[in-house]
Amino acid sequence: MSGTAGTKAAFDVEAIRREFPVLRETVHGKPLVYLDSAASAQKPQAVIDAERQVYERAYSNVHRGVHHLSMLATDAYEQARGKVQRFLGAAESREIVLLRGTTEAVNLVAQSYGRKHVAAGDEVLITGLEHHSNIVPWQLLCEEKGAALKVAPIDDAGEVDMAAFERLLSPRTRIVSVAHVSNALGTVNPVGRMTELGHAAGAVVMIDGAQAAPHLAVDVGAIGCDFYAFSGHKVYGPSGVGALYGRTALLDAMPPWQGGGDMIASVTFERSTWNELPYKFEAGTPNIAGGIALGAAIDWVEKTGLGAIAAHEHDLLEYGTGLLRGVSGLRIVGTAREKAGVLSFVLEGIHPHDAGTILDYEGIAVRTGHHCAQPVMDRYGIPATTRASLACFNTREELDALVRGIGKVQEMFR
Amino acid sequence: MSPLRELYQEVILDHSKRPRNLRGMPEANRSAIGHNPLCGDRATVYLHVEGDVVRDVSFEGSGCSISTASASMMTDALKGKTVAEAKALFETFHELVTADPSKAATAPAALGKLAVFAGVHEFPMRVKCASLAWHTMKAALDGGDRASTE
Repeated sequence: MSGTAGTKAAFDVEAIRREFPVLRETVHGKPLVYLDSAASAQKPQAVIDAERQVYERAYSNVHRGVHHLSMLATDAYEQARGKVQRFLGAAESREIVLLRGTTEAVNLVAQSYGRKHVAAGDEVLITGLEHHSNIVPWQLLCEEKGAALKVAPIDDAGEVDMAAFERLLSPRTRIVSVAHVSNALGTVNPVGRMTELGHAAGAVVMIDGAQAAPHLAVDVGAIGCDFYAFSGHKVYGPSGVGALYGRTALLDAMPPWQGGGDMIASVTFERSTWNELPYKFEAGTPNIAGGIALGAAIDWVEKTGLGAIAAHEHDLLEYGTGLLRGVSGLRIVGTAREKAGVLSFVLEGIHPHDAGTILDYEGIAVRTGHHCAQPVMDRYGIPATTRASLACFNTREELDALVRGIGKVQEMFR
Repeated sequence: MSPLRELYQEVILDHSKRPRNLRGMPEANRSAIGHNPLCGDRATVYLHVEGDVVRDVSFEGSGCSISTASASMMTDALKGKTVAEAKALFETFHELVTADPSKAATAPAALGKLAVFAGVHEFPMRVKCASLAWHTMKAALDGGDRASTE
């Protein structure tokens, strides 16, 4: 997987497509064209099999029993944690907290680290391209503490104004939380630089990697961030499972977030003590089969090659951008220099929901709406966009089909 | 006719492109703001009710063609109706767009032109688009100032 040319030649999209059973489906009599992986990716057979096999052969609760199945399930679950650790480039497996997903991870950091370290008059800095899940948890925290939520604006292309970002950092900034990749626009944020700036201001830095993990290699050590979160369902894994990376020293000093089984060392009615990392943050029975299948998804992505996937998707992004630019009455929303996986657009005089319904009739699945990023829509003065998002299994022919579908949409409203 | 054509009938397209009664109403004595949190569509419905009769209805807002056409045709349909008739029409319309297609009978005569929205029941994801203005109108008549499709 060294040179781009080499990876491109090795990338057999037809073989990859055969691994995704859902791609054999038809919708309204047309072959399914799935361009909604930014909402949630489809699953390869290996992931589906992994989850099924847990229930068929090795299911029990984890970290509890002494019996055989409990040991099998615990081993597999902890192996999955190790895979997540390597996937993110974390130094130790105890830095990986397995959770429901990115949303839960942001809430954990806001409620545990945030409530301890943010006080009245303090500030939290986010950007103008954040998903609701990287806005609302901070609003809740700031409201409770009398702190201020600061927002670094984005420009017309959908890039964060780095000068403003720098200006908005202050000695009162306790936490910086930014998306690695925007789900609505596809913008790739310069998270390394943002982390440096945040640290220089004395803040801790969290990266929302939900939209990045399927598209680019993540190395938390290289980024230098304090927290990084992603969701399994966007990297071809199950929904309801994801991970938070946190630096050991920070996680160690943080109070538990949710109380319950598995997160304790001992419990009496007078006092309880907490389990070691990462279990201190994992109250209750987790998504066991989902976690194990997330490990299988990471294996699958690594076997396929994240570099090769990225190169393939980049080719599709450029091809699709060129096609859409040629459609009159269409405007691409989000034209950052660094983009991954997303083609968001509006059609003159046509609401995205109407476009979505008509495209669906052509078998084409796109997301229409505000993409859980209403402030981004407000920034562009639009209620919604139509978003075609890309995955490893998409093809140029599918983007051709999208453009033909857009033609039918425009015909209906001519 | 294909279900898609059934949904996007000429009269719906016409009302979506040239909505009627799309304006504010300073003399309104009933109004409500409707919101579909799923898609972000918003509609404000104004009514001028005199005694028991709806003298004027208008709306403001932005939405897809189905929600715009529905609001437009609703305002046309309600003028001159009594409050009780308007509420009854809400129920009839709601049944029309949510009806089980397998049991679809012919649309009740009371609906008149509104019967063109029968095609919506083939598109469960769009029922809320068609009913946003109606929910908002009902909230205004019931004395609420907010309506949500959720």
